[in-house]
Amino acid sequence: MILALILVPAIAGLLAFLIRQDGLRRALLVLTALAHAGMVGYAWIERPGSLFDGWLALDPIGLLFVSITSLLFLAAAFYGVSYLAHEEHGAKKDIEENLFFSNAPEQVFTGCLLLFLSTMTLVTVSQHFGLIWVAVEATTLASSPLIYFHRHHRSLEATWKYLLICSVGIALALLGTFFLAASARHVPIVVADLLKHANGLNVPLLKAAFLFFLVGYGTKMGLAPLHTWLPDAHSEAPSVVSALLSGALLNCAFVAILRMQQVCIAAGQGPFGQDLLILFGLFSMAVAAVFIVGQTDYKRMLAYSSVEHMGILALGVGIGGMASFGAMLHAVNHSVTKAMLFLVAGNILAAYKTKATGEVKGLIRVLPISGVLWMAGFLAITGSPPFGVFLSEFTILKSAVEQGHMAAAITFIALLVVIFIGMAGVVIAMAQGEPIGTPPARPRREAILAVLPPAVLGTIMLGLGLYVPPVLTEAIRNAALALGAL
Amino acid sequence: MNIWLDTLIVLVVLSNLKLLGSSRLVPCIRIVAVQGVVMGLLPFFAGQETITLRMVIVAAVSIGLKGFAFPWLLLRALRGADMRREVEPFVGYGMSLLVGVIALAAAMWMGKRLPLPGVHVSSLLVPAALFTMMVGLFLIVSRKKALTQVLGYLAIENGIYAIGMVLAQEQPLLIEMGILLDAFVAVFVMGITLFRISREFDNIDTEQMATLKD
Repeated sequence: MILALILVPAIAGLLAFLIRQDGLRRALLVLTALAHAGMVGYAWIERPGSLFDGWLALDPIGLLFVSITSLLFLAAAFYGVSYLAHEEHGAKKDIEENLFFSNAPEQVFTGCLLLFLSTMTLVTVSQHFGLIWVAVEATTLASSPLIYFHRHHRSLEATWKYLLICSVGIALALLGTFFLAASARHVPIVVADLLKHANGLNVPLLKAAFLFFLVGYGTKMGLAPLHTWLPDAHSEAPSVVSALLSGALLNCAFVAILRMQQVCIAAGQGPFGQDLLILFGLFSMAVAAVFIVGQTDYKRMLAYSSVEHMGILALGVGIGGMASFGAMLHAVNHSVTKAMLFLVAGNILAAYKTKATGEVKGLIRVLPISGVLWMAGFLAITGSPPFGVFLSEFTILKSAVEQGHMAAAITFIALLVVIFIGMAGVVIAMAQGEPIGTPPARPRREAILAVLPPAVLGTIMLGLGLYVPPVLTEAIRNAALALGAL
Repeated sequence: MNIWLDTLIVLVVLSNLKLLGSSRLVPCIRIVAVQGVVMGLLPFFAGQETITLRMVIVAAVSIGLKGFAFPWLLLRALRGADMRREVEPFVGYGMSLLVGVIALAAAMWMGKRLPLPGVHVSSLLVPAALFTMMVGLFLIVSRKKALTQVLGYLAIENGIYAIGMVLAQEQPLLIEMGILLDAFVAVFVMGITLFRISREFDNIDTEQMATLKD
């Protein structure tokens, strides 16, 4: 079962490189996404057993994050079909500069997309720290051709930065893995075994390992000041890829840090990691706030918002207790909301042919459905009630106050307010006003597959704010319990 | 003290200094390849009495990749770009060597203080590995050519590999192969990207890649 989760998209990905007919390949993409989602859904009913001496297992944290990944990929697959159908073949004019470029072959795009799903799944189900490292590095390699789908110099620049910064960052995580192995001596570095023998771990080496994990996987997760690749990659990649990078990939790197924190807590070194996580979390939010205010590119704005929310996740786990529960819930809410926003951003980009916020006006009139979703997404991501993000941010805040982290709580609130105002200025100006251009842009019919996936994600996002199903609460509680919450 | 092991370690240190002081790209690729081969040979001199099949497999794959596959991929990527030298790096060569010597001293000092198990094999191994990592990081930030940055990444990888050899001798074969596979694909993808960069910008200076910023 776990093997199928990894192998089905991997094999489909390899097949996609070989299939020549566009229709067949797109069908394969959607079918694989459906199959993956189906298998993940079944895992909620009947939890699959562990494999290979516990190297692969779906624990509560893994189940939660693989479900997020699978849901987003399903939305992205449907959206991707419409996206690929509307991309012209051959040379075309760049929208920002006076140059011509062509796309990478669609085979490569679909193949890498499916391999990306396979590697992300592998991250979430791996219990062996060496295997986690291999899988996280593999996600970088599978996704870099996706960022370079539009073959022009800006996306090339973004790809190079992504590839190099993340590879070097993850290399440091490998050093952390070796320190962990040294700390464990003869115990295999599998999460379950380490938890069982946590008392025998060498503490200084364990701390060193945590530091390298935080820096290494933190680079991939987009924690400031290691986030520099993130805005470039998110703004230059096709929107459907940005949605997956932001909603699924960053979470995967976070899973790696969570597993390490699990071991630290078991070894009685929880506070060491928690302080660092709070620090990195708040710093990420601050950096994001600085760049969101006055941002002139709406995809970069969303990217910085991802830096902010990764900071909130780190902060939540850092505070611990009920805030860990909030952080797990927040991971779900952020992923769903951010993926929706990126998909809508793709629609805006396709209609207006610009990423500059100043040149997009009257969005609600030109693209009625996307416009409404854009506004709703903005309200949701900035934590307005009744959306899910409000609930999770409130949980984290409440827990921070209850546990006496007053300074962190006040900074948290202040930064949220700044970011709300910063994003409001940009988004409202885009949505309202008279459409510009001569003649003014007229309302367009929107392709069903371009608006349905974000609309469904939007419904989920609203639903999670009003009512969290008991099954999900239970799953999140179990994940938070693994982090020593409650 | 194991004379063979120490000789190999001194070779690694010298190769790092050569990397810092050389402007020509092709010899730099070769130096990193030699470094990779030396690293691959280290386990046989690191004090184990018996040579296991596992050691031989890991060493063979690692030497094959680092000594032959990587330089081949990088030389191929370089062929498209008509670039043979690193011209005007951000930090000059004399200065780079000076930084290298300071880094070496720092690595020696840190290596002595780190409470690592298994360092009894040679007191030079950990400092040399740390030094290699520092040189790799320094190359990435101080050089303009994309190729040199890849070489820096490989040097970091080499250094980490050497530390892993000391710290984590009992890692499963599968993990070790996975790490090497990842490194291979990374260099492969970087090689392709290098080729694209040389076609897009007519050279491989990363200085020109400054469009995306806030």
